[in-house]
Amino acid sequence: MNSHTCHYEYLDGNAAAGELSNIFTMDVTAAKGQCAHCGATKRFAEAHVYMQAPGIVARCAVCEHVILRFVTTRQRVFLDLRGMTCLILDTSQLIDSGQ
Amino acid sequence: MAGAALFGRRMMWRVGTVVALQDETATARTITLKVPDWPGHIAGQHVDVRLTASDGYSAVRSYSIASAPNSEGRVELTVERLPNGEVSPYLTQEVAIGDPLEVRGPIGGWFVWRSEQTEPVQLIAGGSGIVPLMAMIRSRAAVGSAATFRLLYSVREPGAVWYRDELQALSDQNRSVALTYAYTRVAPKGWPRAPSRIDAALIAQTTWPSNLCPTCYVCGPTSFVERAAGLLTTIGNSPDKIRTERFGPTGDRK
Amino acid sequence: MGIISRGFSGRRSAADAKLPPGQYLTTDFPVLSAGPTPHIPLDQWEFVIDDGTDILRRWNWKSFRDLPTETFTVDVHCVTRWSKLGTFWEGVSLDTILADVKTDASYAMARSYGDYTTNLPLKDLMNNQAWIAFRFDNKDLAPEHGGPARLLVPHLYLWKSAKWVRGVTLMHKDKPGFWESLGYHIYGDPWREQRYSGDE
Repeated sequence: MNSHTCHYEYLDGNAAAGELSNIFTMDVTAAKGQCAHCGATKRFAEAHVYMQAPGIVARCAVCEHVILRFVTTRQRVFLDLRGMTCLILDTSQLIDSGQ
Repeated sequence: MAGAALFGRRMMWRVGTVVALQDETATARTITLKVPDWPGHIAGQHVDVRLTASDGYSAVRSYSIASAPNSEGRVELTVERLPNGEVSPYLTQEVAIGDPLEVRGPIGGWFVWRSEQTEPVQLIAGGSGIVPLMAMIRSRAAVGSAATFRLLYSVREPGAVWYRDELQALSDQNRSVALTYAYTRVAPKGWPRAPSRIDAALIAQTTWPSNLCPTCYVCGPTSFVERAAGLLTTIGNSPDKIRTERFGPTGDRK
Repeated sequence: MGIISRGFSGRRSAADAKLPPGQYLTTDFPVLSAGPTPHIPLDQWEFVIDDGTDILRRWNWKSFRDLPTETFTVDVHCVTRWSKLGTFWEGVSLDTILADVKTDASYAMARSYGDYTTNLPLKDLMNNQAWIAFRFDNKDLAPEHGGPARLLVPHLYLWKSAKWVRGVTLMHKDKPGFWESLGYHIYGDPWREQRYSGDE
């Protein structure tokens, strides 16, 4: 991140989780993602998320490269995950069937 | 177990009903919703609230849940009225008891405190960041947890403290919740610390020693969270034990 | 559509006939960003026209500011549905920038500090409808609004007006930029409400 950057425009992965629940049935905030650029593996909750934009842009908290982009249009959602080599979701909190 | 198994189903918008309203300060109000078929929540989670105008225009904002997990479908949100806000003025001034309100959630499985946790807990709140931490404190009291909590609560001025009486009562009746206020603009008369941002000395004096390996929850505006999390690591806390949630204005999304 | 929230209208004024469809009027200037705001020292700033292989023209801040400038008042329309009318800018016309560039390219990709990109037909950068703006409201353009200099193409949705612009790559074939590759319209005319790919 540019050392001259002095104020913070981002939120974090928690803020994007509601919108992402449109496509993920599992919680994404506790998911671990590996940044395709720097290789850091962090919880998605820790990502820097920019939401004052035409879509949602999540960036690696370490190197600020884009790890996820998400756009909702009238009838479609677009999800770009090329900035992550792997996204690991936790199934331990899944609802028991029948509950 | 109520309030633990929350994922694995697509989250839908649910229509809650406003059952109570309470002003916390001149600019903040707690809205209590009763949400039918609420799946339960964990302390620290949030919901999205959607407002829709008669022409279809809608605005979505996220708010942390203030209430402890419960089986009655009761969801409390405390909302601060933001100058030039789009949703918060409506929620703090327009909404009336009996109104329907659309919510989606509960959201988030990372910034949560589960009642099974037994390690010491360090909570650090900046302003309205107290809300999810209050849910943790309430949850702790509700289940009679033996986990020891410390709260460092940074506010602009004494009048900006939310849940003051309840926090005081919880801290008085149970020494296991230790409370420290930090004032950034105006402090009460005789307060030992001059009004200023949180700093290394305050963090070192009032938070758990890092060798106790507390789990730390930091919530507030992004600049506050960055500062507090940085200070926690400076005194030896592992970044793995620090969980953060950043508050801020979110975009006008449709 | 959700249930109607009694008495909720949002942060919008009454409909204005001058606005493109689906837009509402705002008087403030919302800051949108998809990444950290770059702060570029003027002595490191440069603006480059290239064709994907070769650099065709290059300016540093001083040579850029030696170019003739124009002031102009335009309406801007953001795809997130706000419009701001009568904004006052100073900048260098792209006609000036491109005057000595010989090309048979038909498209352009604007590139920014911070790696943002957005594509436009080259003709939309010409004929007195696009500028590299460096002053807004008689003040140096603030970093959060794209300073030191941003592209301004007000006849298209504002995502085409790349903030922190650092150059333009000329292309023979159109190619989607940052938002155009993720569901946003390849051209983005607010008057035809070309928000998303697939909109006519």
